[in-house]
Amino acid sequence: MKTAQDIFNILKEKFGNSVLELVSTQPVEPFITVNPLVVNKICLFLRDNEELLFDNLMNLSGVDDANGKTVKAEDGTSKVEGATLSVYYHIESTSLKHKVVLKVSAPVEKPDVESVALIWRHADWHEREAYDLIGLNFLNHPDLRRILMPYDWEFGHPLRKDYKDPEFYLGMKVPY
Amino acid sequence: MSIEVEEKISKLTEVQKRGNGLRTEHMVLNMGPQHPSTHGVLRLELELEGEIIKKVIPHIGYLHRCFEKHAEAMTYPQVVPYTDRMDYLGAMYNEFGYAVAVEKLLGIQVPERVDYIRVIMGELQRIASHLVALGTYGLDIGAFTPFLYCFRDREKILNLFEITCGARLLYNYIWVGGLSHDIHPDFVRLTKEFVTYFKPNIKELNDLLTNNKIFIDRTANVGVLPKETAINYGISGPNLRASGFKWDIRKDDTYSVYNKFDFDIPVGQGLMGTVGDCWDRYYLRVQEMEQSLRIIEQAIDQIPEGDVSSAIPKRIKPPVGQVYSRVENPRGELGYFIISNGGTSPFRVKVKGPSFVNLGIMDELSRGHMVADIIAILGSIDIVLGEVDR
Repeated sequence: MKTAQDIFNILKEKFGNSVLELVSTQPVEPFITVNPLVVNKICLFLRDNEELLFDNLMNLSGVDDANGKTVKAEDGTSKVEGATLSVYYHIESTSLKHKVVLKVSAPVEKPDVESVALIWRHADWHEREAYDLIGLNFLNHPDLRRILMPYDWEFGHPLRKDYKDPEFYLGMKVPY
Repeated sequence: MSIEVEEKISKLTEVQKRGNGLRTEHMVLNMGPQHPSTHGVLRLELELEGEIIKKVIPHIGYLHRCFEKHAEAMTYPQVVPYTDRMDYLGAMYNEFGYAVAVEKLLGIQVPERVDYIRVIMGELQRIASHLVALGTYGLDIGAFTPFLYCFRDREKILNLFEITCGARLLYNYIWVGGLSHDIHPDFVRLTKEFVTYFKPNIKELNDLLTNNKIFIDRTANVGVLPKETAINYGISGPNLRASGFKWDIRKDDTYSVYNKFDFDIPVGQGLMGTVGDCWDRYYLRVQEMEQSLRIIEQAIDQIPEGDVSSAIPKRIKPPVGQVYSRVENPRGELGYFIISNGGTSPFRVKVKGPSFVNLGIMDELSRGHMVADIIAILGSIDIVLGEVDR
């Protein structure tokens, strides 16, 4: 059984700069932030390393951090900068009984995250859901389609904090 | 056959050979969304080669109302009735899971009386939910009578819920930090009566359905789910245990007061066929009902005195942070991931619903089976579409 600090040290040694930091100021559970473009390699290592054996992905959730700052340009227009979308991976080992939380963040303009759907098949539908509702783009996902919203939904991703309902969908009035 | 023809056939692909040289292609059959055996509004796109299933593509989202978006607009206590409406056959347990998660985030301890009542309600709900699962499973396969017997017994549990909080399906009973009402003065007596009444009925169900030859022929050795595949797909609850893996959140990551009770975790043994087949998944639920009765029997005699609403916070405002908390609901591991930004409403709530995850295995389980087996496999997974779509 390993603590988050032990796992962080192992990952830091193996992956160097791709593993960013261990955030343990949380009241309940600490998490490790990693690079979104190597998260698949880190997850494969976590699953197959004999000391870690993280065989069970408990949950995968996408989050709109809504942390952008409004910057005013010289010509008077303002735009939001620095906003990120995040993915949290809650992983556990059923044999060694330890858990870890990984977090990746990607800029909202180019929210690319490597898919872990082929490492834990469980992630397949959760990644589709995160793509559908948050708008994260999972690279190398086997089947990245919308899952809960209609396939022809073209009004964005509902769980974004700045999402607005469309006025009409297929001729039906949406706000009631 | 002349040499010429033989030569021609030898050049054909495997698929063409089966069609005696004619071109063959897979047929796509649409099942649902309005289909009695899909247990809700689910559409399955089946790719068939004759009677054999080559691929299953589930299309979900027909009941989607974005619970998670609603939750962001509500205060923490206001979310509770919304959780009811996800898995509407296990509503008590959805509230239970949500309450446990927010309490973890707040760092509060509820009075012991609350914990005991929650466990009793949770286990009664598990029996009620399994009764629906078993009854409708029989109905899907073609046995009508067990369904009526199961619903007769479930009705008695709903009556118990009704005297407790007035509602029979969606309760809004388990609140963050406590309960909405204390139990009715008659509750303990009526629950004891129910336990004595229900025990022999499990044997009756076994005689009617479990050991029925036709039922066994339809379900044994069908849809076999190996243990490793199940873990990799994130399958949880009775479906995982039926594959021979002893894993129950109540024991392995215990919460509330489950560590005070003595109960067993049944696992699939392949009594009628292979470990992890449809019959094992069915029978595991029967065994789980017996264990739930054991928990209720122990808990009902030990309910401590106390005030069930003393720990309910006046104003719920958790510190900045995040928590992932899970409970074992009738269908498996129900997880709530809650992020708080220090306000009175959650910044993000993500629900890991067991039905949503368990449905993902459909394609893997059904390949190579006959069309009729789809019904047997889908019924044995026991999904509730309200939770799949949220």
